[in-house]
Amino acid sequence: MSPTAIEFKGITKRFGDFYANRSVSFSVERGSIHAVVGENGAGKSTLMKILYGLYRPDAGDLVINGEKRRIASPAHAIELGIGMVHQHFMLVEPLTVVENIMLGDEPVKNRVLIDRQKAVVRLFELSEKFGLSISPYETVESLSVGLQQRVEILKLLYRDATILILDEPTAVLTPIETEQLFKTLKSLAKVGNTILIITHKLDEVLRLADRVSVMRQGELIDTLPAASATKETLARLMVGRDVLLNVEKNDARPNDEILSIKNITYTDAKGVKRLDGLSLSVRAGEIYGIAGVEGNGQSELLKLLWGMPEEGATVSGSVAFSGTPILGKTPREIAALGVSHVPEDRLKYAVINSFSISDNIIFGRHYERDFLSVVGFNLKKLWAFCAEMLSLFDVRSAKGVSPSERIGNLSGGNQQKVVTARELTRPNLKLLILAQPTRGVDIGAIEFIHRKVIDARDKNIAVLLISAELSEIISLADRIGCIYKGAIRKEFSQTEVAKRRETPNEFEKQLGQFIT
Amino acid sequence: MNTSKYLEASRPILAVLAAFLLGGVLIIAIGKNPVEIYGKMFSMTLGTGYGVGQVLFRATPLVLTGLAVALPFKAGLFNIGGEGQAAVGTIVCAAIGAALSPSLSPMLAIPIGLIAAMLGGASWASIIALLKTRFGVSEVITSIMLNFTAYALVGYLIAYQFGIEGTMRTVEISRGAFMPRLDALTGLFPRSPVNLSLFLALALATAVYAVVYKTKYGYELRAVGLNLEAARYAGINTNFHMVVSLIAAGALAGLVGANYVMGYKHYYEAGGVNGVGFLGIAVAMLVNSHPLWILASALLFGLLDYGGLTINADVSKEIFLVVQAAVILFVIASQKAFKQME
Repeated sequence: MSPTAIEFKGITKRFGDFYANRSVSFSVERGSIHAVVGENGAGKSTLMKILYGLYRPDAGDLVINGEKRRIASPAHAIELGIGMVHQHFMLVEPLTVVENIMLGDEPVKNRVLIDRQKAVVRLFELSEKFGLSISPYETVESLSVGLQQRVEILKLLYRDATILILDEPTAVLTPIETEQLFKTLKSLAKVGNTILIITHKLDEVLRLADRVSVMRQGELIDTLPAASATKETLARLMVGRDVLLNVEKNDARPNDEILSIKNITYTDAKGVKRLDGLSLSVRAGEIYGIAGVEGNGQSELLKLLWGMPEEGATVSGSVAFSGTPILGKTPREIAALGVSHVPEDRLKYAVINSFSISDNIIFGRHYERDFLSVVGFNLKKLWAFCAEMLSLFDVRSAKGVSPSERIGNLSGGNQQKVVTARELTRPNLKLLILAQPTRGVDIGAIEFIHRKVIDARDKNIAVLLISAELSEIISLADRIGCIYKGAIRKEFSQTEVAKRRETPNEFEKQLGQFIT
Repeated sequence: MNTSKYLEASRPILAVLAAFLLGGVLIIAIGKNPVEIYGKMFSMTLGTGYGVGQVLFRATPLVLTGLAVALPFKAGLFNIGGEGQAAVGTIVCAAIGAALSPSLSPMLAIPIGLIAAMLGGASWASIIALLKTRFGVSEVITSIMLNFTAYALVGYLIAYQFGIEGTMRTVEISRGAFMPRLDALTGLFPRSPVNLSLFLALALATAVYAVVYKTKYGYELRAVGLNLEAARYAGINTNFHMVVSLIAAGALAGLVGANYVMGYKHYYEAGGVNGVGFLGIAVAMLVNSHPLWILASALLFGLLDYGGLTINADVSKEIFLVVQAAVILFVIASQKAFKQME
């Protein structure tokens, strides 16, 4: 067999006038871990979809294990030994592990009956061979995200896949789960499997991959050995200019307490305790970062702070904004106090995809008198405001941005800039609540958004930052609280944070211990 | 880019043509000449003042029930209850109209009749709104069920309360509440029942368009329909918009009674407005609930409706029901097909 598992030869894929991939060529060695990095819209996903048979290339060839192939469908890809773990898992949650694994490829006995035993035996063989232990009869919905991902990987191995594509596999994992995944991937590669991993986390690339291909605007910029790369060089290749990975900032000079959360308990409609005696306080002019793995109560805390607890939830404790209790207030009343909120899921909560940029830039602020005329909106003022924001926050689109453009046409990072612009410029802003402010945002835009957040802090605004990215918390926050099972388990003071920031990797590990 | 825009715009027209072609095939299948039949239909509808008047008269209630679907649709609600709202609006209009003094000036009687029709429809729709926002019951289910309740209620009221004994119709309303016919006012569309309600429907379609697309209220309403969660995050009172849009829809559907009772029969005969609510769904869906395009869509259905009658002697009206149905199917199918081509 040839030493090359996959060879992309001049792959081109167009959508209308837009080149998603433009003569992309590189090869992936058998038994190696190969990372593909690039900003949103760089063409990584398109390329993987071509490899997985979801798209056909307009030009170029795919060579799999030395043979030129036209991959017609995912089924065909699997036949050729290519499997993919999608970012959002393709599992049937109420079914058991073994049912999920054999789904679509069920062994039968007597021609009609499903031979579950046979599947279980095979599953055990695979588990043992690759060190991926799992209990076959548990339902997938009862498993942690890390184990669900393991099911996805086993599903591919069950189908004899030898080339595994993983799309942003660590996005939803805890640090410990990430470690385990990396161990698994390395051992899979060791026995001859080929791993292709799409990611935007440069740290992980450097730790995990053998080689890295960098894409930008549909083109392959370079393929280089991971050992010879650094975060800075990769970031520069991705963005096309030097990028400041850690924004510089002065020490915070905190003032009065703005937000005071005392002993909050939140029990959801199903009776599950989501917040359990959580207390924290944020002062004007500081950034308080909440570090934690998703699902430890962050979402509930956000809902509570924004006056939107779920129906049927019971809440005790107190939340005060500059001394005014805000539990029980509506989002609009809370906003009127001078609170802004960038919600965790932008598409779901912060923008209306089919509205124009100008309609979105006032969304949630559309009742401010400045934007209104007698019956409708004061379009002149609205457009002037929008144009100002677009240039101030450097919002860009492929065709030159205009306020009337649909926000859905913008990249994730640019949509987030619009949301950030809207929330940061709220009149009389005193408290800024940021949840996952740079999720799905390109490196270049991350630097920009971070800069704006620090500027806000320096204007004496209190900032509450919730992020699953420890590196983001470390580079932005002045104080850090580690959230675990609905409570702040450990708090780092301003002096502690300032000191530990000098060794970010150490600090990240330390934080990791308090959130799992 | 531009060519696809034109294609986009011509899509409903192509779909309508395709539906007529299919109807033509059916006409051939029953042994008639489609050119002759269509020719007769078009000359008798669009070729005479009376025919045009009939088409406009039939389009009027469809504009109203179309809007009654479109407005809540913008708030993400599917109001299938136009049928019931129209029936209740009509009976209230007929009952109040009959109770008015015959000498009451039209300047008072007509507005009273209109308000009665609107209140009737709105009150019926408010039940849906209440169940939806208070208890979270799907408006699709309640609005369908309330249609049947309305049929029964109206049947009872005509038979035992407001009706003339031995008939299934109400007594005549006060002369003051008669809505002037266009032929009486202008001499256009001689003898056809098209009346001032037509202009009311036109004005309302324009008003709904302006409210939905030009005001802060409409901006919030559309946000509620497009992304309920985001609307709540933005501090919008989502229940308020659901309630108001449903009640307004009921009022619009109720006005069907004004066209029928005040402009045409001057009493309510059982079954007189049946079907307009359901047809209104098709009218709105055909044009993606755009308030102004609803005018065109209602005209098309008015044309098909009356067109079917004009050729009833040669081809059974059912053939035209098939064409009507085909129009809807073709438009919807072509929407999907175009999406896939992109």
